[in-house]
Amino acid sequence: MSYRDMTIEEVQNEIIEEFSLFDDWMDRYDHLIEEGKDLPVIEEKYKKNEYLIEGCQSRVWLYPEFIDGKVHFKADSDAIIVRGIIAMLIKVLSGRTPDEIIDTDLYFIDRVGLRQNLSPTRSNGLLAMLKQMKLYAIAYKAKQKS
Amino acid sequence: MFDINKIRSDFPVLANEVYGKPLVYFDNGATTQKPESVINAVTEAYRTYYSNIHRGVHALSDISSEKYESARERVRSFINAASKEEIVFTSGATASINLVAFSFGERYVRRGDEVLISELEHHANIVPWQMMCERKNAHLKVIPVNDDGSLRLEELDKLITDKTKIVAVTQVSNALGVIIPVEKIIEKAHEHNIPVLVDGVQGIQHGHVDVQELDCDFYAFSGHKIYGPTGIGVLYGKRKWLLELPPYQGGGDMVDRVSFDKTTYNKLPFKFEAGTTNFVGAIGIGKALDYIEFVGMADIIKHEKELTEYSNRRMKEISGIKIYGNTKEKISIMSFLIDRVHQYDAGMILDKMGIAVRTGSHCAQPIMTRFGIEGTIRASMCFYNTKEEIDILIKGIEKVKMMML
Repeated sequence: MSYRDMTIEEVQNEIIEEFSLFDDWMDRYDHLIEEGKDLPVIEEKYKKNEYLIEGCQSRVWLYPEFIDGKVHFKADSDAIIVRGIIAMLIKVLSGRTPDEIIDTDLYFIDRVGLRQNLSPTRSNGLLAMLKQMKLYAIAYKAKQKS
Repeated sequence: MFDINKIRSDFPVLANEVYGKPLVYFDNGATTQKPESVINAVTEAYRTYYSNIHRGVHALSDISSEKYESARERVRSFINAASKEEIVFTSGATASINLVAFSFGERYVRRGDEVLISELEHHANIVPWQMMCERKNAHLKVIPVNDDGSLRLEELDKLITDKTKIVAVTQVSNALGVIIPVEKIIEKAHEHNIPVLVDGVQGIQHGHVDVQELDCDFYAFSGHKIYGPTGIGVLYGKRKWLLELPPYQGGGDMVDRVSFDKTTYNKLPFKFEAGTTNFVGAIGIGKALDYIEFVGMADIIKHEKELTEYSNRRMKEISGIKIYGNTKEKISIMSFLIDRVHQYDAGMILDKMGIAVRTGSHCAQPIMTRFGIEGTIRASMCFYNTKEEIDILIKGIEKVKMMML
């Protein structure tokens, strides 16, 4: 079953379950690093300033596409742990309708202990990426209506 | 006698654990921890004699004013300025540099003039000059660096022209730890009667500073990087310059007489201290300098040199480490990258091991650009750090490599 056949809730629960196997931070980070390595690298043509989200600590690129009423995201970062977190956000939010993306409560972030990585004081681009994902969803929704 | 255990016990934060591991605090370049004596002095000020300075006729105001002025004298003697009038308290080195950039610019800089800085500067010693140059239609020129992080001083003769109005250079690079021979720059600039501002933020806590011997025209530093409180800084300026420069900000305490027609300004140094200053912070700086003298600068230098040499040796044992800043004269800062590892990933893993380092561009993007990198991992050590802590960092780096590669 691919993630797109699952509800957002199901995907989040699955991520939480995966993480529950790890007792310490090291295994969690190892897992994130693996996820980061598995995330498909985005093509160089999308790694341009237009899609760049500036963080002081690492850079994130986010490229959206709107196909058949669903928003698909491709994303990348120059830091591998950040890529790991991106991989999870994409699992949860890519291929969803704008409304789903706008309304989703991303409870898995707290449950897997990633809140500090998404805090506004960590300028690693992740929080800005999440905001940007929602902004794209809002824009596509408006476009759909018009 | 230099007793490292005793010294460490003077700094309450160092006893902390993070994620259940003993804290290894290697972010002293960003800010230093405070000894108990500084914390107590600040608390005591608020608890026992707190009152505004230079204003009341009452007893507490007298005590506060007296303590504030004693702190000024303490700073004066620490850097051996000729007089207390030359010591201006600011909110930090950034404010000190902005003050000079603004006031000096207003008084002396005209269209087409030049300001000379170096490629190593912290943003705080770039942007204020850039802003002033923009306002005055002047040009910012830059002393370039060599691959080892040293400045290309042989370019000075070309860079200093009859348009150069002021030179502003750092004493120590915050990003690389490289010590700059500012005395040579000052000598060269003075041959052309050009004043020099030295950004001493990363220098003053690691070595003896004598502003008269150095003969710099301005010297700026921050309290929080020399074991003092945050929000307080110092600007030293030669009397002749401070007399000439117009005030930076207007307000209370910097005035002599005020009427709607004309205001005359207070004498030095109060002319540059508008509003109620952070006098409690100043009292804290005074205590921090007492503490440094109590430990002894000679011993501090010796211990930090040992840390520098030890960390350099240990780092070179690990494969795939590139150190940025490889001059002979360095303070205890290790700025490095691990081959094929992003600095932010390394920083996150080190953090989980209780090691506090800084990752990123260290507010010095031009020098990062010079080396074609986005940033580095910076372990900045000081006299309360130990070789055992360096061993923990080395293990941490091995761990990072194991996890990431």
